[in-house]
Amino acid sequence: MTTQKLVVIGNGMAPGRALERLLEKAPDTYEITIFNAEPRVNYDRIMLSPVLSGEKSYKDILIHDDAWYAEHGLTLKKGCKATSIDREKKQVTGADGSVVDYDKLLIATGSSPFIIPIPGKDLDGVLTYRDLDDVEAMLEAAKSGGSAVVIGGGLLGLEAAAGLKERGMDVTVLHLMPTLMERQLDTAAGYLLERAIEARGIKVRTGANTHEIIGEDRVEGVRLDDGTELPADIVVMAVGIRPNGDLARDAGLEVNRGIVVDDAMQTSDPDILAVGECVEHRGTAYGLVAPLYEMAAVVADRLQDGSATYTGSVTSTRLKVTGIDLFSAGDFAEGKDREEIVLRDAANGVYKRLVIQEDKLIGIVLYGDTKDGAWFFQLMREGASIEEMRETLIFGQNYAGGSPLDPTAAVAALPDDAEICGCNGVCKSKIVGAITEHGLTSLDEVRARTKASASCGSCTGLVEQLMAFTLGDGFVPDAVQPMCGCTDLSHDDVRRLIVAKELKSIPAAMQELEWRTSCGCAKCRPALNFYLVADWPGEYEDDYQSRYINERVHANIQKDGTYSVVPRMWGGMTSSQELRAIADVVDKFGIPSVKVTGGQRIDLLGVPKENLPAVWADLNAAGMVSGHAYAKGLRTVKTCVGTDWCRFGTQDSTGLGVKIEKMMWGSWTPHKVKMAVSGCPRNCAEATCKDIGVICVDSGYELHVGGAAGMHIKGTEVMCSVETEAEALEYCAAVVQLYREQGRYLERIYKWMDRVGLDAIREQVVEDEAKRTALFEKFLYSQRFAQKDPWAERVAGKDAHEFAPMNRIAMREAAE
Amino acid sequence: MNEMSIPDTQHWFTIGRLSDIPRRGARQVLLPRGPIAVFRTQTDEVYAIDDKCPHKGGPLSQGIVHDGAVTCPLHNWVIDLQTGDAMGADQGCVRTYEVRKDADGLVSVSLSGGSGKAE
Ligand SMILES: Cc1cc2nc3c(=O)[nH]c(=O)nc-3n(C[C@H](O)[C@H](O)[C@H](O)COP(=O)(O)OP(=O)(O)OC[C@H]3O[C@@H](n4cnc5c(N)ncnc54)[C@H](O)[C@@H]3O)c2cc1C
Ligand code: SF4
Ligand code: SF4
Ligand code: FES
Repeated sequence: MTTQKLVVIGNGMAPGRALERLLEKAPDTYEITIFNAEPRVNYDRIMLSPVLSGEKSYKDILIHDDAWYAEHGLTLKKGCKATSIDREKKQVTGADGSVVDYDKLLIATGSSPFIIPIPGKDLDGVLTYRDLDDVEAMLEAAKSGGSAVVIGGGLLGLEAAAGLKERGMDVTVLHLMPTLMERQLDTAAGYLLERAIEARGIKVRTGANTHEIIGEDRVEGVRLDDGTELPADIVVMAVGIRPNGDLARDAGLEVNRGIVVDDAMQTSDPDILAVGECVEHRGTAYGLVAPLYEMAAVVADRLQDGSATYTGSVTSTRLKVTGIDLFSAGDFAEGKDREEIVLRDAANGVYKRLVIQEDKLIGIVLYGDTKDGAWFFQLMREGASIEEMRETLIFGQNYAGGSPLDPTAAVAALPDDAEICGCNGVCKSKIVGAITEHGLTSLDEVRARTKASASCGSCTGLVEQLMAFTLGDGFVPDAVQPMCGCTDLSHDDVRRLIVAKELKSIPAAMQELEWRTSCGCAKCRPALNFYLVADWPGEYEDDYQSRYINERVHANIQKDGTYSVVPRMWGGMTSSQELRAIADVVDKFGIPSVKVTGGQRIDLLGVPKENLPAVWADLNAAGMVSGHAYAKGLRTVKTCVGTDWCRFGTQDSTGLGVKIEKMMWGSWTPHKVKMAVSGCPRNCAEATCKDIGVICVDSGYELHVGGAAGMHIKGTEVMCSVETEAEALEYCAAVVQLYREQGRYLERIYKWMDRVGLDAIREQVVEDEAKRTALFEKFLYSQRFAQKDPWAERVAGKDAHEFAPMNRIAMREAAE
Repeated sequence: MNEMSIPDTQHWFTIGRLSDIPRRGARQVLLPRGPIAVFRTQTDEVYAIDDKCPHKGGPLSQGIVHDGAVTCPLHNWVIDLQTGDAMGADQGCVRTYEVRKDADGLVSVSLSGGSGKAE
């Protein structure tokens, strides 16, 4: 086959998809040149709002990177606008003067924001919202704060307003109509939306007609028809779009509102196809990606001499403002021959309205609870009769079929051709097929294979449910919960990368993992610090400014800003000498409260920060060290008196507790670790609600993990039984080390166990002897660096600035 | 000389050196009417605010400092060091004080200026 020449004008989402499809099926049919007025590759335009609000970065929204074009041998002329088409010679001319021949031409020029022709529209600071340059202009303006006026209360205007507000601007939305998004929402939903927008601190003015934009050479404000003036540092116009048909019109192609195409996506010239927002098909120009992707599939097929046809699309809308759930589709105007079903739940801010005509669903508006959107949309597209389920229809799929509220029941009941991902037109059977055929187990794999939920992401929940339904218990939902607002990476990803990239400091981690903030936040810094401490013992230098105050000053902050001091009492044992020293310290420093804790320790409460080093010095002198009652680390090992005294005791529980504590004190862990050892199953030390518990029995030691007695109460699970004390010590240390390596920061042992499963812990600690030994050794190795009494260090002068005020100003003037 | 004519010299107090405050940390300066917290950011900006969280009075000088903000050690409110305003969904604000750094690294605060918003 001889290679033909294909020229594409415009490099947006529509032609991007068409080329992808074409290259998949017939990679060598064409030699392809793309003209792109934007100076960049193809990116996901619909994700500009998350970039504006800071939830994503440009890199996250790339669809095809430079490598992709290179790999497929495409010529991409970035920043080069096509200026004319010569249909006679079959040539396209670019702004740089280049002339490219074509056998087939694909026009995909998209559309342009509509600018209302009012005075001041050309002033500096009047922006539109269409491409990355616009987002960058908005971000630049938002840097210095100030106020923004957004003209247009539709999808784009509201997303822009929410983003600018997120970025710290004072935002007002002006909307001509009485309610927001009136093309997609009825008045009730529009009202709820307005309230939700206002609740974010964005001002909304409906029925507001902009008269002019005022300012000398930069925007200074906006004047409305009623004379009101609003100050503004920027004005964003988001009042609608206009298909870009000029180039086609100049070439003599038939253009109405958009470039006219038939069902084969062909323009009035048989060698020229058009796709995307620039086209008009059967009188309709579309402004959402789902229909454009359907067109793109037809274009790809036609370019391979196929016979696919495009017959128009039914569209649905979702607003991508985090925290606002809104879905609409179809026609929801009132009418004599129409009836409606409405459900309102004011307390929960839910409003649902279905419009029905001749027993068929023709319009859907959902606000506040949109999980049945896909199901309703499916019923609407199929034109299914809803007669049978009319009574319960509004409650959604779970009730309509009378089926139980199993979360996967809803997707299970969907027909195979139900569309799950609207953006990419992926139906249920395609996803299920891909999962089973390729053995996919993660959301990322499903996205890579099928594109489902890979664009706007609003169907992620459904896709996950489908995975759960298809894989059953084999499905572990992706925990893509980012660590905090400073990164998109999850705790697990961060840990993996710290090891893989050998990152050994907080600045290195932040730089290499592309933190969005310059120095993190109070959530990520302590977590990173722990991961680095745990992963690089002996190499990483603890960053004490990234520790919570308790771990920075080695005492527990109290509500009045004083501290409590808990000396270590190994296994809960103490002596007259220790008690006397404690009593002396209490008297000497006038410590107001002395209390016995739940972990068998003595707590001295109400010590001012300046006194801490002196208090510790006296306790150190009596042989006592820090009890780490403040640490995400080993806190206490509680014991009973066991064979020493108890008539039921089977082993030396006190002695074992002391040994465990001497081995483990000072270790840092993802969250606090509390342990206990009981001398017999009567369990007086309450070992079965501890993170790790040991129950002594005649034949040895029963090792328990995963208990908790805080906000959640959870009994432990038995991990295994061992015969000797030495084994008990080794196994306990191995579990703690595994937890140090796998636990997410602030995840207690029981939560970690719930996540990875007791079996997985058993496999590594109990069954795999080599692994256990390795864990044990790693633990002991890191203890070599961790076991330094932090109190003694500070008594010796470390971090002295922490414990003294910088200055005192005692002059009368300062009292004002 | 009367008081009105020299407000500037009268109310600036030298409190110490920049190097006395750890980067991404804070120190307290004690005043008869209660402590103020003096912060030094990663990039060496210095801010002074009352050492009293608008939520329940937590000592802000003990919090974690990140960019131009501090997270209160008691219940994690985040306070903007420049404006003294609580960030995010929380409402409240702390009094801020003007700070000067001179070429020798000496830091002074003005106890007359700053925002009186909290009072
Ligand atoms: C902020 C924002 C949010 C959106 N959110 C959603 C959403 O949630 N859901 C949804 O379905 N849709 C959404 N949309 C709409 C969606 O992005 C568009 O429907 C889609 O991107 C249109 O694709 P396209 O390929 O037709 O055109 P475009 O993506 O506009 O691409 C056209 C490209 O052609 C270039 N071009 C134009 N003329 C020439 C020329 N003469 N020579 C060379 N290049 C040229 C342009 O510079 C542009 O890069 C959103 C749009 C925006 C702006
Ligand atoms: S747990 Fe058993 S050995 Fe320990 S004190 Fe209670 S009864 Fe005695
Ligand atoms: S139970 Fe609550 S109030 Fe009591 S010490 Fe613990 S955190 Fe404080
Ligand atoms: S006192 Fe500061 S957050 Fe509660």
